[in-house]
Amino acid sequence: MTQLIQPYLRLSGLEPLIIRPETNFVNVGERTNVTGSKKFARLIREGLYEEALSVARQQVENGAQVLDVNMDDALLEGVAAMTTFLNLLQAEPDIAKIPVMIDSSKFEIIEAGLKCVQGKCIVNSISMKEGEAKFIEQATICKNYGAAVIVMAFDEVGQADTKIRKIEICKRAYKILVEQVGFAPEDIIFDPNIFAIATGIEEHNNYAVDFIEATREIKKLMPLTKVSGGVSNVSFSFRGNDHVREAIHSVFLYHAIRAGMDMGIVNAGQMVIYDDIEPTLKQLCEDVILNVNNDDNGATEKLIVFAETVKAKGKEIIKDESWRNTIVEKRMEHALVHGITEYIDADTEEARIKYPKPLDVIEGPLMDGMNIVGDLFGAGKMFLPQVVKSARVMKKAVAVLTPYIEKEKEERRNNAALEGINSADEKGPAKILLATVKGDVHDIGKNIVGVVLGCNGYEIIDLGVMVSADKILTEAQKHNVDIIGLSGLITPSLDEMVHIAREMKRLNINKPLMIGGATTSRMHTAVKIAPEYNEGVVHVLDASRSVTVAGSLLNKDLKVNFLGDIKAEYDKLKNDFGNRKSAKQQLSFIDAQKNTAKINWNNYVPVAPTFTGTKILDKYDLGEIATYIDWQPFFIAWEMHGKFPALLSDEIIGKEATALYHDAKKLLQQIIEENWLEAKAVVGFWETTKTNPDSLGIKSNSKTCSLEFLRQQMKKVEGQPNLSLADFIHPSTKDYIGAFSVTIQGIEKHIQKFEKELDDYNKIILQALADRLAEAFAELLHKKTRTDFWGYEKNEQLSNEELISESYNGIRPAPGYPACPDHTEKYKLFELLGGEDATGIHLTESLAMYPASSVCGWYFAHPESKYFGVGKIETDQLIDYAKRKEMSIAEATKWLRPILE
Amino acid sequence: MDNIKEILKKRILIIDGAMGTMIQRHRLEEADYRGDRFKDWHKDVKGNNDLLSITQPEIIIGIHKQYLEAGADIIETNTFSSTTIAQADYDMQAFAYELNVASAKCARIAADEYTKKNPSKPRFVAGAIGPLNKTLSLSPDVNNPGFRAVTFDEVADAYTEQIKGLVEGGVDILLVETIFDTLNAKAAIYAIKNFFAKNNLPELPIMISGTITDASGRTLSGQTLEAFYVSVVHANPLSIGLNCALGASEMRPHIEELSSIAKCFTSAYPNAGLPNAFGEYDEQPHETAHIIEEWAKQGFVNIVGGCCGTTPDHIRHIAEEVKNYKPRELPMVSS
Repeated sequence: MTQLIQPYLRLSGLEPLIIRPETNFVNVGERTNVTGSKKFARLIREGLYEEALSVARQQVENGAQVLDVNMDDALLEGVAAMTTFLNLLQAEPDIAKIPVMIDSSKFEIIEAGLKCVQGKCIVNSISMKEGEAKFIEQATICKNYGAAVIVMAFDEVGQADTKIRKIEICKRAYKILVEQVGFAPEDIIFDPNIFAIATGIEEHNNYAVDFIEATREIKKLMPLTKVSGGVSNVSFSFRGNDHVREAIHSVFLYHAIRAGMDMGIVNAGQMVIYDDIEPTLKQLCEDVILNVNNDDNGATEKLIVFAETVKAKGKEIIKDESWRNTIVEKRMEHALVHGITEYIDADTEEARIKYPKPLDVIEGPLMDGMNIVGDLFGAGKMFLPQVVKSARVMKKAVAVLTPYIEKEKEERRNNAALEGINSADEKGPAKILLATVKGDVHDIGKNIVGVVLGCNGYEIIDLGVMVSADKILTEAQKHNVDIIGLSGLITPSLDEMVHIAREMKRLNINKPLMIGGATTSRMHTAVKIAPEYNEGVVHVLDASRSVTVAGSLLNKDLKVNFLGDIKAEYDKLKNDFGNRKSAKQQLSFIDAQKNTAKINWNNYVPVAPTFTGTKILDKYDLGEIATYIDWQPFFIAWEMHGKFPALLSDEIIGKEATALYHDAKKLLQQIIEENWLEAKAVVGFWETTKTNPDSLGIKSNSKTCSLEFLRQQMKKVEGQPNLSLADFIHPSTKDYIGAFSVTIQGIEKHIQKFEKELDDYNKIILQALADRLAEAFAELLHKKTRTDFWGYEKNEQLSNEELISESYNGIRPAPGYPACPDHTEKYKLFELLGGEDATGIHLTESLAMYPASSVCGWYFAHPESKYFGVGKIETDQLIDYAKRKEMSIAEATKWLRPILE
Repeated sequence: MDNIKEILKKRILIIDGAMGTMIQRHRLEEADYRGDRFKDWHKDVKGNNDLLSITQPEIIIGIHKQYLEAGADIIETNTFSSTTIAQADYDMQAFAYELNVASAKCARIAADEYTKKNPSKPRFVAGAIGPLNKTLSLSPDVNNPGFRAVTFDEVADAYTEQIKGLVEGGVDILLVETIFDTLNAKAAIYAIKNFFAKNNLPELPIMISGTITDASGRTLSGQTLEAFYVSVVHANPLSIGLNCALGASEMRPHIEELSSIAKCFTSAYPNAGLPNAFGEYDEQPHETAHIIEEWAKQGFVNIVGGCCGTTPDHIRHIAEEVKNYKPRELPMVSS
């Protein structure tokens, strides 16, 4: 089918602005015009361009979609002023995103402006006042710069004031532009001149009508063109009385837009809504604009009299509470969109009384509001923290209604029983079961997905963490859920997900499966999970995608195609994966072991720690730990990506990120002051000797054990080593290794409290903060280790940023992560550190640590030790490793699977 | 010359791959770059690849022929930096015009030879108009965002001279490429339009190729793809497309978007993947071609080829993969 491209007016700044038939009136910001704004004129004259830019920014913030820039002032060097201002403006993405209207009565200033703007501009304006030749010349220049033009209804005779002249001039200009210059009709915008009305001069009374009627005709004759105008002219005779002027503008636009006016130069910050104008004033404005009841200036006189009664009201500061004055549905919508819980109980109660059934309130205003939230989120206009706040409002409202709904159900059941009817419960919203799989304890991401899906009208059954396959499937059938969602953060969870998929197939559970969590991937889902289960398996990248995926899975019309597409995509991924020959060449394990880290051991004397054995730190000061927090991952948990602290002032997410940051800091303060959580750690050091290129022998008290490491096998560039962590230990003499674990405990009761208050927002903040505190504690402990406990860097002085960027000597890699990907070495680490008694950290069968906010790792002190990824290993290493670990090949394969394929 | 517009409706055309990558293979030294003519030049010129069209024309013609042999329908002149502004690095501003004529001739010789060999597959020479090392929308001085290192008029003048050289050297198409600042491209378009109007010559077809620099989906000067398209479509170009900065797999969503909004033909010539840690491109010819094949299958493209890191082998694989697919159908513009 041939694609069709519509002839719409297309403009651009950094972003496109396409004016489609359904596009509403386009606001052109007028405040960056020295002829119309005294303030702007003064700023430019005094060279205060920074402040002048803030005027432009305000226009954008107030909803201007195009920015009119005019530098026509006798005291200004117009070309220079236009050039300077536009060049500066290009450096401000929040302003430069919208197109510029270059406004001047001097063509040289217009051309100067066109030379500064990369986007497609509007030239305001050209006309035939100096004859056709000049008009054609200027139009051609505009065309070569790729600008749309405003053509003023002005010819050799003068400015058109009547309807007939306006139409005639526009028709003539159109013909010349399209036929001689080759202008695209959609790039032509007419300005049929808005003149002041109610001046007391009778001939002026019909000016607004002339404009409106001419507009109607122009749009009929030349439908691809646009009509624009300088709106504030119309009310010129009421200058000084903004109240009346705004009303006149609003009424004028109401009629002109209906006649086909597409855009206008307006003060985007000062627009009164037509319906909000007081009735008397509105009627007077109608009369004056439409020139009715206006014999002998009758209507004009009345408006003038009225205007004098209106005390020139100072600019009212819009009160934040004005939304309270609307109807209850609007108030609920506002509360949902803005996440305000303050009034929701009372509003919900009011709505409950207003509506016939309590359920109607949920299905009516609440769902309407949440739909708006969903749309805004989908469109990238709201961000995750806001959505979670909205969900809090929703939950609170539902909590008010639930007792009534239950009561009603009860009554219905009783009535039905009386009448002997067996009433099945009506089908409620679609149900989605969520669970973090067995062996895994991480659930922030899963909680966020739950909230987002909840916001979109699904009923969420959240089974929590460490949920066995058996329980997931039993609950899924018990609740007859529509979708099952699995989450996991650590690599062993991947196998568990495969297992669940197999079980679902075996048990004939016909429900689609959503896969998510940090360790999951589209590739793993396609290659490992999808082939095990035929009823639909979809990997969901993040919370924001979960909505569309769930929507597609639950829509009968969409589901088949959606799953078909996914299956095709996954089959292809699987094939590609199967066909992919290892692009990277691998070394044999023997050769890799020969190519160890090139460390000059001659000059290195291992530093002895201040103690060997372990040391426990209990109830460590949370305030001190908090100073080590790396905030960036906190924001990532909220799907807000970017560098901290720059993201707080980010153009798009900055405002919401800052709000979230404030809320998090506040809660953090409370956690610290009220001792909500306890920080515990254990650190230990031991003598070690190398027993094999990848094995370290350790003596702890009377026991000995051997730590086993894995080595990179990919073929390296000449001179680059195949690393193993064991390389960082002295090959012949006595050396030392350390280990640590830290944990943040006591979160459960506070989580429960927030859950009880239906406050997912603070619950997720709390979880994310606990994770950050654990990481910060690990960072703090590492520093103490370097400068004190081990003491190999006694004089280290690093800022928090430098700590985050790891600009210190020594590393603390954790078993299960890239440098030592075998999770099972955690058993030895915990054993050495005194087991579960030391800190209370419990290892699950998948070797996740519980509480989830825990961190552990080895300490290596050598200055050349560094983080790396082992990457893919070959069977020769697997066999050697299994032997060293005294594991069967099958078991070793199970734990090392992520690096074997 | 066969009308390229008609051919584009029938099949996907192939544009050549990287010139720089191929020149590197010759391991030329300072003396080779200077040749006889510039042996006493007061500045080092090694790295001024465009100069080779004058001092080592056989090498340039040879590279063109390798691409033509591989199946390229369109070859680009060796003029990426042949402007007074870019040549200032070597103090060779005065030779800008001559460089363009010489490069156009090198390409012309090679293209004509292959057209003659197989008249049913006419070859076209696109005069490459590069982005310049100075930009009109960005300030090089972080403390003075309103500063510009060059003016629109200076850029337009530099391009006018380049266009004059290319046209007189006999190119078939003008290709404004690797656009990372749309305003520079607009100056080039402005120069092209004025050049043909002032000299009263029929306008040559224009190809426009922008550069999306990273995952943000924007140009270096901050425009979204659609904003870029809207800003340059007034050139009434033969094609609009994307090249450089991204490998084919990263370019895919952008090319898909472009194909849904462009009223003209679309082109795409990505890099051979993303550079590895050593700045080298190691995506293999069949890999690049495999991704581009899917674009052809989806009907996203009319002209495909390669940019940085691609070689005649890449072009051969690409040509082979897309030859059985129909080109993207030109959209209808309703009125």
